[in-house]
Amino acid sequence: MNISGSKKSLAPIESRVDAVQTVLQRHGLDTDNFIDTFKDLAFEEWLPQNGARLIARAWVDEEFKELLLKDGTTAAKSMGFSFPAHHRHFVVLENSAKVHNVICCTLCSCTAFSIIGLPPDWYKDLEYRARVVRQSRTVLKEMGLELPKDTEIKVWDTTTDTRYMVMPQRPSYTVGWDEEKLSNLVTKEAMIGVAVL
Amino acid sequence: MDGIHDLGGKEGFGPVRYKKDAAIFHEDWEVKANALYSLAVKGGIFNMDEYRHAIERMEPKHYLNASYYERSLTSLASLCVEKGLVSKEELEELADGFYPLSLPGAAGRSNRSEPKNFKPGDLVEVINEHVACHIRMPNYVRGKKGKVIRITPAYPYPDAHAHGVKARNEPTYDVEFKSSHLWPEGAEEALVNVGIFESYLKLISES
Repeated sequence: MNISGSKKSLAPIESRVDAVQTVLQRHGLDTDNFIDTFKDLAFEEWLPQNGARLIARAWVDEEFKELLLKDGTTAAKSMGFSFPAHHRHFVVLENSAKVHNVICCTLCSCTAFSIIGLPPDWYKDLEYRARVVRQSRTVLKEMGLELPKDTEIKVWDTTTDTRYMVMPQRPSYTVGWDEEKLSNLVTKEAMIGVAVL
Repeated sequence: MDGIHDLGGKEGFGPVRYKKDAAIFHEDWEVKANALYSLAVKGGIFNMDEYRHAIERMEPKHYLNASYYERSLTSLASLCVEKGLVSKEELEELADGFYPLSLPGAAGRSNRSEPKNFKPGDLVEVINEHVACHIRMPNYVRGKKGKVIRITPAYPYPDAHAHGVKARNEPTYDVEFKSSHLWPEGAEEALVNVGIFESYLKLISES
C-alpha cells in the first residue's frame, strides 16, 4: 500500500516525468527541443548576474537608478533582459541604513527568476515560507544576517504577478570601482534580502 | 481554499535549511519536470493559476512530503488528466505504477466587485472570507487593515483564471501591514507587504 491506499507500487519519479513527457509529445509538443531550450535558459540566461548588473549600474548612474526604482520592468528591458509572460511587473526595493527589505512567497515559490536566477531550495521550503513573514529578524539571524536593532525590516510576500528584487546597499569600500567589478559583488542572496554586502 | 500551501505565519517549523550558492536543480528529472510544465503553459494546455491551484489541491500529506519539483510534476500530470490529454489509468500504465495526483477542486468565481481605484496612502481592509476556489489571499491577511503603497497594472483574476471562469483583469495593490496587527502578541516587529487583488479589498479611509 502507498500513500493513497493504491495497491500498485508508487511509480519512480523519473518514470512519472517520462510518462508526462510521452503524453505531451503525443499532444504534439516538441518536448525534447524544449527541454534543451529550457536548460539553456535556466543555466545560461536566467542568472543572478543579470540583477547584479542592474544594481551595479544603478550604483554608478543616478538617472538609471531613478528609472530602476520607478519602473523596474523598463529599466531591465533597456539592458536587454526579459521576463516570462506571467511576470507582469518588476519592482526593485532599495535597502538603506534604516530599512532592510527581504522577499518571499508564502503560497508557492514566485521570484523574478529571469533576473535573479531560479530560487534555491531553502526559498521554496516550508520553513522559510512559514516563518520569514512572522519572525523575520530571527530567521535572518539564523541565516547569518544580524541586523542592527533600529533597522526596520520590510518583508515582501509575492502573492501576485509582481516580482521583486532587493537592491542592497553599496559597500563603502567600493569607491571608484567600475560597473563590472561592482556587479561581481552582488549575490542572489543579497537580491532576495537574506544577506548584505 | 484554506489549503496546506498557505504557510505564511504557521508555527512549529525549524530553522531554514540555508546554504549559500545553493544549486537550483539536483537531478535531471527536476530540470525535465520544470521544462515540461513551462512548455505546457506555453502550449496553452493550462495557465499559471491553474498550475498553482493544482499544486494546492495535492493531498496535504503528499504536499508536505513531496519535494518542490515533485509538486510541480504532480500539478502538471493532474492537469494533463483533467484536460483530457490522458486518463489516469493510461498515465499509470505509462509510468508503470501508482501515480499520485491532485484531488478535484471547487468551482471558481468572477470578480467580486466593481473597480475601486484605490490610491497610495488609502487605508484598506482585506475582506474576511473563506472560499473553496483558488485565491491568492494568504490566510494571515484576512480581515486585516493595511495601507496601500503601490498600484500595479491589471492581472488576470486568480479566482476566475484558475477555473476557466470569465472575469476582467484587476489591478493589484501592494498593501503594507504591521506584523503586530497580523499576529497580535505573536510576531517580531516588521512591516509585511502583500500584493492583493482589488476584489479582496475594501476602503476604510482615503489618504
